[in-house]
Amino acid sequence: MTTTATAVAPAPEAKPAPPAGRRVMRAGGLLLGLALLAVVVLVSIAVGAKAIPLDQVWHGLFGSTGTADDRIVRELRLPRTALGVAAGAALGLAGAVMQSLTRNPLADPGLLGVNAGASAAVVTAISVLGITSFTGYLWFALAGAGVAAVLVNALGGSRAATPVRLALAGTAVNAALFGYVNGLQLTDLGALETMRHWSIGTLTGRRGDLLLTALPFLLAGAVLAMAVARPLNAVALGEDTARSLGARLGRTRVLSIVAITLLSGAATAVCGPIGFIGLMIPHAVRAFCGPDNRWLFPYCAVFAPVLLLGSDIIGRVLVPPSEIEVGVVTAFFGGLLFIHLVRRRKVAQL
Amino acid sequence: MTAVRTSPARRTAPRPTVLRTRGGLSLRLGRRALLVCAALALTGILVAVLSLGMGSYRLSPAEVVATLFGDGPPGADFVVVDLRLPRVLDGLLAGFAMGMSGAVFQSLARNPLGSPDVIGFGSGASAGALVSVILLEAGTAQIALGAVAGGLATAAAVYLLAWRRGVHGYRLVLVGIGGSAVLGSLTSYLYVRADIGKAAEAATWMIGSLNGRGWPDVSVAALGVVALAPAVLALARRLSLLEMGDDTAAALGVAPERSRLALLATGTGLTALAVAAAGPIPFVALAAPQLARRLTRSPGPNVLPAAWMGAVLVTLADWSAQRVSGTGILPVGVITGVGGGVYLAWLLFLERRSGKL
Repeated sequence: MTTTATAVAPAPEAKPAPPAGRRVMRAGGLLLGLALLAVVVLVSIAVGAKAIPLDQVWHGLFGSTGTADDRIVRELRLPRTALGVAAGAALGLAGAVMQSLTRNPLADPGLLGVNAGASAAVVTAISVLGITSFTGYLWFALAGAGVAAVLVNALGGSRAATPVRLALAGTAVNAALFGYVNGLQLTDLGALETMRHWSIGTLTGRRGDLLLTALPFLLAGAVLAMAVARPLNAVALGEDTARSLGARLGRTRVLSIVAITLLSGAATAVCGPIGFIGLMIPHAVRAFCGPDNRWLFPYCAVFAPVLLLGSDIIGRVLVPPSEIEVGVVTAFFGGLLFIHLVRRRKVAQL
Repeated sequence: MTAVRTSPARRTAPRPTVLRTRGGLSLRLGRRALLVCAALALTGILVAVLSLGMGSYRLSPAEVVATLFGDGPPGADFVVVDLRLPRVLDGLLAGFAMGMSGAVFQSLARNPLGSPDVIGFGSGASAGALVSVILLEAGTAQIALGAVAGGLATAAAVYLLAWRRGVHGYRLVLVGIGGSAVLGSLTSYLYVRADIGKAAEAATWMIGSLNGRGWPDVSVAALGVVALAPAVLALARRLSLLEMGDDTAAALGVAPERSRLALLATGTGLTALAVAAAGPIPFVALAAPQLARRLTRSPGPNVLPAAWMGAVLVTLADWSAQRVSGTGILPVGVITGVGGGVYLAWLLFLERRSGKL
């Protein structure tokens, strides 16, 4: 277990608080991440089927006069980019919470079936119950994600749950849920045309008001995640140690599950299932900011949108004039990173 | 592993019969396993006869049997032999191959969830089929070829990527999961790009379906069963030694790495041909070996009972799919997918309660 190993690693005589220099470095890294995010946001608005120069982007954002470029910026690119930032932050945070909660370096809402649970619930709502309004199926997405998150916690919380077993269990759950989604699509060829686009995570074709409806849920999830960051630090040391350190395990678990449900359920309801963001980001930023969740979570919330928007931009420019869905791009690179992680570690560590 | 945990206190386990030849060859036969195989084969044939008689032109089981022997009611010959028999045979053979390869992979991975469809060989085959359908506009034979090529290429890539001074079962499984994510992204990209007619055709390659299968598909599935099943059966004895760990297996005279490679190659071949013939029918390879093991109560991989169980599962699922939808439009993969999901929940629950997960 990496988190455990690194958390226990400092020698007993080391000072409990990190030296001031380290804190400055971490804060600086966070600022750097925010700057990077701003750049990616600008690029995401400027790049696409129609390239828009940066001064036009500025004009469209702050002094719109209703030209064609202004309308593209305000009505297409801006909602899409905002959606990418919100969904990316949510998925990155959900992944980080999940990895801490299950003490499992391979945990990810996509890999362990939470996104698939939300997705299956939404497809059921659309095709079986005939629900068409977004607020209607947002609730279904949250319910589906919640059931899957409870299941993951039940599986991941036990002592014998090695990362390998958890990953296998999650993959099998994913396979069952996606089989179900595929089956529903096949029985209704009319729905196939609309739903096959929905079953892949994408930022296009959604309107800004979808995001506005989902935003309260995402914010609540983010606040909860930050609230459990400290207790989850103790959980990383193992259940017995955490209890003897005074952490309230039951409350921490419940709050973490609610946070994961809100974050990945709402994100999936808006974008469809996007995998691997929650797996990649915590690993990448942990190398810089260390295992302390109070720093790790904000880092994830800042760097995950960079990755999601970056993947979206890659998908836009790779095969012009058409686009590749962002879910396809992240699954491709995420799968490769997963293989790399598995190859690098010893099996005993996994 | 159940194999290791079987306690000596369980005295009721049947003593196997051992056949020996003078040349030093011997064959170990478990009586219960043989009985289970016979019962499963009978069940499979029974369900097959039932589904041969089902449809808009109804026939009683007796009439179906008479038709198969050449003296049924007039006109029944065309319906039964030309229209329905290929579908039923295809299901039987593909299920047989899937069950068998599932037993091999679960034993190699030492995990009941390590079946070829979970760890990505099925998705490799389905990606190969999709590339042929959508990009190459191929016919039936080429699609089957694409599925086989995709499955074998995926298995080879996963094996090589998992290699680090030998292939550990767990690393193989995890690399397979990653690989299937990469392939899945490719598959869904193609799927969304295709026009609606082709998407419908491609979708049956993503879920597994017996609709519209003809004699060419049957011969693909039969090729796998005839050519590879005997090889798997011959190699299967090594599986129970490999389950004890590489060092023990080597000490007992089984070269671990070479045996594993041979078993992987034959198992993947079986999976790929079955997928080429019937699409990636989910969960058959996962459930069949576990159900078979519970019936035979015998430790070890239970390769042959698992194969028969797979055949029964697929024919049974296809029969109920036709009964449920009436028109036969519901693909068999939906039934096994939903049934498999329920079964999986039960499996995870059991594993967790016994402290293995």
